[in-house]
Formats: sequence, C-alpha cells, structure tokens
Amino acid sequence: MNATKFLIAAYAATWLIHGGYILSLVRRFRKLRQQVKELGKQK
Amino acid sequence: MKRAFPILAVLTTILLTYASYRALKIAPTDALQGDVYRIIYYHVPSAWTAFLLFFVNFIASVQYLVGTNSSTKAAGKWIVIVGGVIGAVAPFLPPVEHVLPTGMRPSAVATTVLLIPAFYFVIGWLFPGERLDMLAVTAAEVGVVFCTIVLVTGPVWARPVWGIWWAPGDIRLTSTLVLWLIYVSYLVLRRFSSSAQTQTLAAALAVFGALDVPLVYFSIWFFRTQHPQPVIGGGGSMDPRMLETLLISWTAFLCLAFLLGWSRFRLEVFRRQVEEAQALESLLGAGASTAPSLPLDRGSK
Repeated sequence: MNATKFLIAAYAATWLIHGGYILSLVRRFRKLRQQVKELGKQK
Repeated sequence: MKRAFPILAVLTTILLTYASYRALKIAPTDALQGDVYRIIYYHVPSAWTAFLLFFVNFIASVQYLVGTNSSTKAAGKWIVIVGGVIGAVAPFLPPVEHVLPTGMRPSAVATTVLLIPAFYFVIGWLFPGERLDMLAVTAAEVGVVFCTIVLVTGPVWARPVWGIWWAPGDIRLTSTLVLWLIYVSYLVLRRFSSSAQTQTLAAALAVFGALDVPLVYFSIWFFRTQHPQPVIGGGGSMDPRMLETLLISWTAFLCLAFLLGWSRFRLEVFRRQVEEAQALESLLGAGASTAPSLPLDRGSK
C-alpha cells in the first residue's frame, strides 16, 4: 500500500466515524419518537 | 432557532468541503513526508476539538457538582476567580517562566488559563441546573467521537512515516488511549447505571478524567516521545499556507462539533422528557389498575 492510500484511508475513516455517529443520533431520535407515539396511543 | 440549524448545517458542509479542498489541493506537499502528511488536517483539528469538548465536559461536571448547594457554589465561584488571576499572572514570574518549555510563550499560557473562568461562568449562565448534566454528557459523547478519529488516523499516519502502527510505551499515544478509555467508561456508566447517584458519580469521574487532558497535551513538551514536537507554539515552523489550512480545517471541525453537540443535546432533552412522561404514565396506569383492589377499599365496602 503506497502513502496516498494511507491518506485516503485516514480521510475515509474520519467520515465513516462521523457518518456512523450521525446515523446513531437519527436512530435514537426515531426510537424516542416511536415511544412518544406509543404513549399517545395508551392515552 | 429551528431555521438556524439547517442554515448552520449548510454553512458547515461548505466549510468542510473547502477545508478538504485546501487540505488536498492548496496546501503544499511536505518535503519529507510527501502527501501522506495531509492527514494532519484531519488528525490535529480532531484532537483539538476533542480536548475542547472534554474541557467543556469538565467545566459542566464541576459546575454540576458544586451546584448541589449554595455554599459550595459560592466557594467554587471564588476558587475559579482566584485560580484564574493567579494562573494569568504566574507565567510572567521569572521562576515560573523558567520552567516553561522552550517556545511556550507566557502570554499563551496566561490566555489559556483565563479561558477556565471564562468558560466556567459562560457555561454556568447558559446551562443552569440539570442542563449542566445534559451538556456534560453531550460534550463527552461528541468528544469521544473526535478522540476516536484521532486514535484511528494517528496509526494510519504513523505506519508510512514511522514504519509502525503504534509505539508501545509512548506517553502521548498511551495517554490519549487512556483518555479515550476514561470517557468511554463515563458514557458506559451513564448508559447502564440507573442509580439516583449516577449523574453525581459520572460528574466525579469526568473531573478525574479531565486531569488526563493536560498530560496528553503537554506530554510532547516534557517527555521524549515518538510523536513529533508541536509545530504551533512550540518553536517549530510551518508554511503559512499549511497553517492557514490547518486553522480553516479546525474551524470547520468546530462547526461540525457544534452541530453534533446541538443535535445530541436536543436528543438528551427529548429523552428525559419521554422518560418523565413514561414514568408519569406508568404511575397513573398503576394507580388506576390497583386502586379498586386495595385492601382498604375492600374493607370499607
């Protein structure tokens, strides 16, 4: 693997980590909205 | 406020794109390392952002701990003021100036120290009561994300430059890993402990965890490490285009951290509201279902 591939790997890893974290935030928001819907149904 | 988020998100995307373009195209190639040195534009700003977020977590945790009663709150306020004044004056005193590493300017140290009381009062004012705890968990989580990037991009950069992925025993690398582990354990504690004391315990852990931040930062000044010496404020030199790109990249990452923190803070507020509603609902539900079967009711009938 030449040096440029290490550069690409580092940049790709950075965006994968940020993307993963944003997805986890979205998933947690969805889960909470689902819980709010269920609370609404119970009432 | 609802419009501010998408506007800031668009501006951050533009800034990140511009920072990446500068990092890959405008900044000159390093004479020794070649193009692989460009990892610096993601690695270093991520590290600075992580340190800043852990610092916010530390301040919020201290405020949360001392805010439990009015006397500790007043004592905390005065300790921060006196500490800030001493810290701002001390670096200019000859015995202290003599101890500072070569290239570290007393004015830079004094400014950094003055940031502590500034952050302390701004954070206390903007995030009163329980919001301090929400800010602490937000800063820790986003800080761990940035610290993870530092720990991933560091070895990827080290392999072609040093010939090894990791330098075992190197104090900068080890202390960064320890810092990451401390904040991961902080998040694990918050996630899996349901005790009433969780928030206080987490705040105490955060205060001890923050002690590792200066060790990480100053390790390359005071110890001989595989990690290179600082090029900014450490007596080193850097091409102005490289420095400009690094600062633009840091600004872009700060904006991203702010957006992520904003989202995470809103999530935390929402989560607590849902938990409260669920607790109230189960309390009312339990009350409605058990009330007719209470022994007292049967007896009275």
